[in-house]
Amino acid sequence: MSEVRATQTRGRTRPSGIGESVRRPDAIPKVTGAFAFSSDLRHDRMLWGGTLRSPHPSARISSIDVGPAVAVTGVHAVLTHSDVPGRATFGLEHLDQSVLAGDVVRYAGEPVAIVAADHPDTVRRALDAIQVEYEVTEPLVDPSRAETATPIHPDGNLIRRIHLRHGDPSAADREGLVTVEGTYEVGMQDQAFLGPESGLAVPAADGGVDLFIATQWLHVDRDQVADCLGMDPDLVRLTLAGVGGAFGAREDLSLHVHLCMLALYTGRPVKMVYSRHESFHGHVHRHPARMWYRHHAEPDGTLVRVEARLLLDGGAYASSSGAVIANATCFAAGPYRVPSADVDGVVVRTNNPPCGAMRGFGAVQTCMAHEAQMDRLATALDMDPIDLRLKNALAPGDRLLTGQVLTGTLPVAEVIRTCAEHPSAAVRSDEPMTRPGGAGRTADADHVVRGEALAVGFKNLMFSEGFDDSSAARCELRDGVVTITCACAEVGQGFVTLIGQITSEVLGVDEVVLAPVETTGIGSAGSTSASRQSWMSGGAVQKACEEVRAAVVARVAVTHDVPVDDLVLVEGRVESLSGSVSVDLAEATAEPLSADVVYRHAPTSPLDHDGQGDAHVSFAVSAHRAIVDVDPDLGLVRVVELTTSQDVGRVLNPVQAVGQLEGGAAQGVGLAVMEEVLVDGGRIRNASFTDYLVPTALDMPPVEIAALIEQPEPGAPFGAKGIGEPPCISSTAAVVGALRHATGLELARVPVRPADIALAEAQAGVDR
Amino acid sequence: MTIALTLDDACAALAADPTATVLAGGTDLMVQVNRGDHSIGNVVAIDRVPELRGWTREGDVLRIGAGMTYADMADPGFGALAPALGQAARTVGSPQIRATGTIGGNLATASPAGDMLPVLVALDAVVELRSSDGERHLPLDEFVVGVKANALSAGELIVAVRVPVLHGPQEFMKVGPRNAMVISVASLALVVDPFGRTVRVGLGSVAPVPLRATEAEVMIGGRIDWEGGRPPTAGDVDRFGQLVADAARPIDDHRGTAAYRRHVVGVMARRALVRAFGMVGEEAA
Ligand SMILES: Cc1cc2nc3c(=O)[nH]c(=O)nc-3n(C[C@H](O)[C@H](O)[C@H](O)COP(=O)(O)OP(=O)(O)OC[C@H]3O[C@@H](n4cnc5c(N)ncnc54)[C@H](O)[C@@H]3O)c2cc1C
Repeated sequence: MSEVRATQTRGRTRPSGIGESVRRPDAIPKVTGAFAFSSDLRHDRMLWGGTLRSPHPSARISSIDVGPAVAVTGVHAVLTHSDVPGRATFGLEHLDQSVLAGDVVRYAGEPVAIVAADHPDTVRRALDAIQVEYEVTEPLVDPSRAETATPIHPDGNLIRRIHLRHGDPSAADREGLVTVEGTYEVGMQDQAFLGPESGLAVPAADGGVDLFIATQWLHVDRDQVADCLGMDPDLVRLTLAGVGGAFGAREDLSLHVHLCMLALYTGRPVKMVYSRHESFHGHVHRHPARMWYRHHAEPDGTLVRVEARLLLDGGAYASSSGAVIANATCFAAGPYRVPSADVDGVVVRTNNPPCGAMRGFGAVQTCMAHEAQMDRLATALDMDPIDLRLKNALAPGDRLLTGQVLTGTLPVAEVIRTCAEHPSAAVRSDEPMTRPGGAGRTADADHVVRGEALAVGFKNLMFSEGFDDSSAARCELRDGVVTITCACAEVGQGFVTLIGQITSEVLGVDEVVLAPVETTGIGSAGSTSASRQSWMSGGAVQKACEEVRAAVVARVAVTHDVPVDDLVLVEGRVESLSGSVSVDLAEATAEPLSADVVYRHAPTSPLDHDGQGDAHVSFAVSAHRAIVDVDPDLGLVRVVELTTSQDVGRVLNPVQAVGQLEGGAAQGVGLAVMEEVLVDGGRIRNASFTDYLVPTALDMPPVEIAALIEQPEPGAPFGAKGIGEPPCISSTAAVVGALRHATGLELARVPVRPADIALAEAQAGVDR
Repeated sequence: MTIALTLDDACAALAADPTATVLAGGTDLMVQVNRGDHSIGNVVAIDRVPELRGWTREGDVLRIGAGMTYADMADPGFGALAPALGQAARTVGSPQIRATGTIGGNLATASPAGDMLPVLVALDAVVELRSSDGERHLPLDEFVVGVKANALSAGELIVAVRVPVLHGPQEFMKVGPRNAMVISVASLALVVDPFGRTVRVGLGSVAPVPLRATEAEVMIGGRIDWEGGRPPTAGDVDRFGQLVADAARPIDDHRGTAAYRRHVVGVMARRALVRAFGMVGEEAA
């Protein structure tokens, strides 16, 4: 009997209500190793799949000879471009990326051929045996040349430009203003999830295919896969397999179509798992950015005008670059009142690795720059940097750069103040391991200087620019047991916990069954991204539960002849306030009740020609204060403490909230001081966790939570805002600000490398 | 796969198939296997060979079994005899790696970034090799012959490494862009032999093989007040740092630039010297 364990999020949880630190149902299995990730999938008669990738960032394919690979014993399929049964291309915003490269490859790592064989070693041998002749061409690797260079793709090299113009363009054309200018750079960050891309495709008797896959958005994957297979979407059934982290890297297709092609061709189940090296080439990264800024302010610190030029490197294919540059542009000035702005946001195509979604989505890059500018402005004004931020803090009723009036909550001043005022617990430890350099034993106490800075950042929640954003959920109540069906991808954020909390809150039951998360029998839940699932799928589940609740109450009201308003659901019973009625929920639902809902947030509009419009639904703001120790002679750094305040609307689950704040801050620290995909001539040089460094326990400080600001957001289920992204927006900016404070250096680029500090004088050729 | 339970077993298995791969902790080997760089035939596992584990002291010679793990080196008794090795062992990888990675594996891998190597070169270590043909002893600089290249013959095993017990201060330092579990961008070991009146410096990750900073050693050996114990002057410390930096032969790679490596070697040299002897006057930055 075949065994497919892909739905470990199914099962019973023991929930209680909203606001409680309910334990995740998958916590123990994940900690003990019992949880089945997508890479643990197995099936009888299963074959292994593998991918041949281009070694060149730019080349024409003159020929592919699969003959020698087909001849390898144990090989069942070797497929190329010409074997793609349906549409040859896919993409989240533009269909510009080939399932398998045809005559051109545009990045090093682009898939060229796929193999299915009886053993991973056979797969490797077969991949080696495929003969591809490339005519190598000069890669376009400098994004600043992309717009003028020969197009490397029929769709051109400009992926999107938004030239945002807001307010009076001549606002700064007068004497007496203080102006600061700077150029900033952000390197390419990787999502560095621990579970590499993996999945299992099983051919079905009806000619269709079942795909078990770790993803962020089942339905949009299903639609793309079906198109590329040339198949009716109903025949392509996706089930969520255990997801080992996502952070944006699973929004695009990776091995999905390849697996299905191999399974359909061979008639056998096929499994594929990327190696870590391959994973770095198999998903999009955070866009590297070059940003020029000029801020103009009154002598009292009031911001007058902000000008910015943003250039993001989208790499070879568009992915979600268009939405990323929209965020970078819309939030370019930070959560401040800016009456006049000119922001030219551009994202281009190059032969570098493709970039797309990553936690923070465009707002991370600009936050690092606008916060550096605010510190610079404070220095120029001889003003306290916190006072400067408070003076310009956005508040409800103010306008954003897009002209949109802030109608919801946005406690900018509150997060700044609470974060700044929170007492620091940082002490100077005598433990040498806690100095910069850590286990390397390089620093003595007198080699270390300390710095401190605060940064603020904000971004939108949910999809913007008129996107029809929805989530579907079903609640069924049968014999007193609640079953929730929703295609929301649990990628670690804790939605499986939240479902139980919502059902407990609305239906008064302490157990809930989570139906398998799949495309069959339920509509799209939208993507687990953009800090949107608690609101969107949480909203859908809440509404579905409320409809079922109303139906149960109505039924008992009729059978027991009491007014509906008299009835409540508590601890698995329907009871009347007067006490005259008490019916077991199991009895009341012997005949099952169910409700199907599709939840939508308030509609938004596209941005107009000047980047103006009510493009966003809601926003969240956070502040971080970083305290760092630096060993300036060696350029080594230790982040000593991070303190944060965040605008959360309402805390749904305190433990999970802290988890998001800590995890996001760790990614922010990583970008500030070590995480970078090093790309040289279009090739990744550090595609491993040996050389792509993420913070260890000695690099990541405790995260002190100064305040979770609870101002319920109008229109949001339970008043709660998404909280996943803000923690990695302002944390990077705070850390690099603290490094500047400690060293007196400009440090206009993240990640800050040791040599940027230790050799700053030599590099700049000037004194500090 | 042979799981050797004695040294003779291991040598016999290697004699039977000199192309067999030796497996100790597997922390280097398995990385190569996963990368597909290493085609493996027969394997001889040596992690259960008691003769390879542990250390012994005979007079002022410390004999360290090739199978000694980094976790074993955390033993304070061991650290008292070879402080820089104990310090270097603590900087290696993570607890999991230290629990299984061995000094023999570090030697055989002979990576320029191997953390044992600068210490062993500073200590003038001697590597004991054995095969079914017999035993031979090689000084470290004859054992490590290039980037990931060693002088092992087919069928030969590293049995132990010998270092002197020196009775003077020792310092190991390692620079990397992360505070733990990081491959060294540059490393330095400084050991003092108060009876031989020498200061010896080994450098890692700044050349294809671990280096000695001979000129710096000679200079500072002549400046130390071996009898009176007066600390070196700031000028001496500075000059020493300069000479050590000059001894490095670093390259640019994705982990760091040559300029940065040379710079930090000089900084580490000054700091190590001051930790060992103190200093008179102000350090010059
Ligand atoms: C996550 C991680 C972090 C690491 N961090 C560090 C670090 O900080 N510093 C550092 O220096 N290294 C580090 N390493 C590398 C590795 O742990 C060390 O080099 C370790 O000493 C290797 O020893 P081993 O016993 O695991 O060798 P193995 O992997 O078993 O063997 C390595 C090689 O040596 C050969 N070999 C082993 N023992 C003998 C013997 N007695 N005689 C002959 N040949 C032999 C094997 O055949 C093989 O070719 C790290 C590795 C990993 C995976």
